Amino acid sequence: MATREIAVVSFAQTNSRRNELDETEMLLPVITEAVKRSGIARSDIGFTCSGSCDYLGGRPFSFVMVIDAIGAWPPIEESHVEMDGAFALYEAWVRLQHGDIDAALVYAFGKSSQGDLPDVMVTQLDPYYVAPLWPDSISLAALQARAMLDEKRCTELEMAEIAVRNRKSAKANPHAHLKGDHLAANLLGEPYAVAPLRRHDCPPITDGATAIVLAAGDLARKVCKRPAFIRGIDHRIEPHALGLRDLTRSPSTKLAGERAGVGKGKIDVAELHAPFTHQEVILRDALGLGAEVDVNPSGGALGANPMMVAGLNRIGEAAQRILDGKANRVLAHATSGPCLQQNLVCVLEAE
Amino acid sequence: MALTAPYVLEYTYRRSVGPVVGQFLTGLRDQKFLGMKTSSGRILVPPPENDPETGETLSEMVAVGDAGVVTTWSWVSAPRKNHPLQKPFAWALVKLDGADTAMLHVVDVGEGGMEKMSTGMRVRARWKAERIGHVTDVACFEPESPQAVTR
Amino acid sequence: MSEPKPKQDEPIKRMLAPVRLEFTVSAGRDKTAFLGAIIEGRILGGRCPSCRKVYVPPRGCPTCGVEMVGDIPISDHGVVTTFCTVSIPFEGQTMKLPYVYASIVLDGADVPIFHLVDGIDAKDARMGLRVRADWRPPAERKPTMESIRAFVPTGEPDAAFDTYKEHL
Repeated sequence: MATREIAVVSFAQTNSRRNELDETEMLLPVITEAVKRSGIARSDIGFTCSGSCDYLGGRPFSFVMVIDAIGAWPPIEESHVEMDGAFALYEAWVRLQHGDIDAALVYAFGKSSQGDLPDVMVTQLDPYYVAPLWPDSISLAALQARAMLDEKRCTELEMAEIAVRNRKSAKANPHAHLKGDHLAANLLGEPYAVAPLRRHDCPPITDGATAIVLAAGDLARKVCKRPAFIRGIDHRIEPHALGLRDLTRSPSTKLAGERAGVGKGKIDVAELHAPFTHQEVILRDALGLGAEVDVNPSGGALGANPMMVAGLNRIGEAAQRILDGKANRVLAHATSGPCLQQNLVCVLEAE
Repeated sequence: MALTAPYVLEYTYRRSVGPVVGQFLTGLRDQKFLGMKTSSGRILVPPPENDPETGETLSEMVAVGDAGVVTTWSWVSAPRKNHPLQKPFAWALVKLDGADTAMLHVVDVGEGGMEKMSTGMRVRARWKAERIGHVTDVACFEPESPQAVTR
Repeated sequence: MSEPKPKQDEPIKRMLAPVRLEFTVSAGRDKTAFLGAIIEGRILGGRCPSCRKVYVPPRGCPTCGVEMVGDIPISDHGVVTTFCTVSIPFEGQTMKLPYVYASIVLDGADVPIFHLVDGIDAKDARMGLRVRADWRPPAERKPTMESIRAFVPTGEPDAAFDTYKEHL
């Protein structure tokens, strides 16, 4: 089946850090900015889709309150996923395939700092066998890191080098949260957080919001000089139980990457949603990315990790490089679930 | 400074467990681990209701050992409030004897620290005296002592 | 955790799975300003630069999706647009049954707030009733709407329906 050409035409995000705004206040200026940059009138946006997680603020149906930020009057066509905003973007892409509307708004928000995030993430786990033990998100990622070390797929020094590179790249990103120059050898002198992970192997706790406007072929070309056309997008999920998976591989990422056509050409920039350092190694392998690919020039999720937003940010950051004329073919990846359970891969190209 | 307020979200869920999880939890109460046999002959612990590869409904449950091998682990030096042990401990995926998959639990190494942990080490369940049919009926796993291996 | 213990020979059919998560929630910028003013006995609104409507409390305009400008002082007098009479007891009530809970459009605002109405027999409550805030003494005020004990009748003539029909 031929798919309709859909492009990212604008991207806006908060300056990620812990802030004192409520969710709507975080979102409003970001949505206003993304719509303004798109050159598309709000009234011409046919579909709106968002990603968020109620448990971050402990408030059921919290996504309903932030509808204020989009101005839902006259009533609009809207949808929501209790997932990272990257998966909302997938839904919007599917909706645009119907052909009756030409533009969609996608947004995500996460006020991660309001609760005890590693514990909040336990609520996504199997409630019978796993969650009653309260394995926090860092402990589970550490199990995966240990498996990587045991298999000699990476070393603690290489993990530290990934942290160093991401936080150095984050210096060039005004929106990033954790940035700076470090020496990997020095980082290895730090104590373990949950061994074998040290603080630098883990993402910061970030509040943030992001919005992206998608437009179909002709409209995208009309409003945007260099639209970032989505040439492939796919997501795949693996079994939930950690014991059923080889934690050192990501077959779901590999398959999604193949279906999205990653290997059809040279990738200039890859934005990988790897909240933990060792996960970047797993994802690079699954996607077949060599040393020549510029990975996470934004600083990635190690530079800023607003929950439910960081995946959508990868698509925005990758697309922005096309919009800015700095790259021709980019890859964006988003993940969800413990230890990279579910993965989305998106390939974007300039014309 | 924005106004802030403490807020607690509390759910006192009582879950219906269904036949498969129910049998597994009943097994724990009776001090044994049950796994699920798939049509390809693999034994999955903890038991899923459906074959993770084919989606086929599964029902043949078999007993496995209460000792096994650590396939991967992480070390918590400062336990969080909700953790099952309030002393330094390891999270571990443990592949029980007779099982083809590993389950998540905790390991108490007794005296000493993470130097006592290694991938491939043998551990054995320490059962609670009072068991209610819950994963925490297993208080933890412990390094298997050499003399205990004769089983 | 007061689940009755299942008998030792019966299969397990249920399990307790309690979840308790503690948060520190932020009121955000607009509500912090609004509740700060409430302690001082003032009510703030915000005007949408697009549709010109005044919202209490100030917030992003839900119909236009734009941020509001400025803190607009709003009167603590207003009109009951609609109401209900509460006759059933439940936890946390501060008023004697039956009592009136109303939608009140404050003078200068375009959207109603919700509050208790006191100083009137429940059977005499009506649409168009003019009311004013009965503030608690300054020392008793907290950053919540309970700093207004209730709204009470002003004694003015009732407002004509046409003056509030757009705010129902």
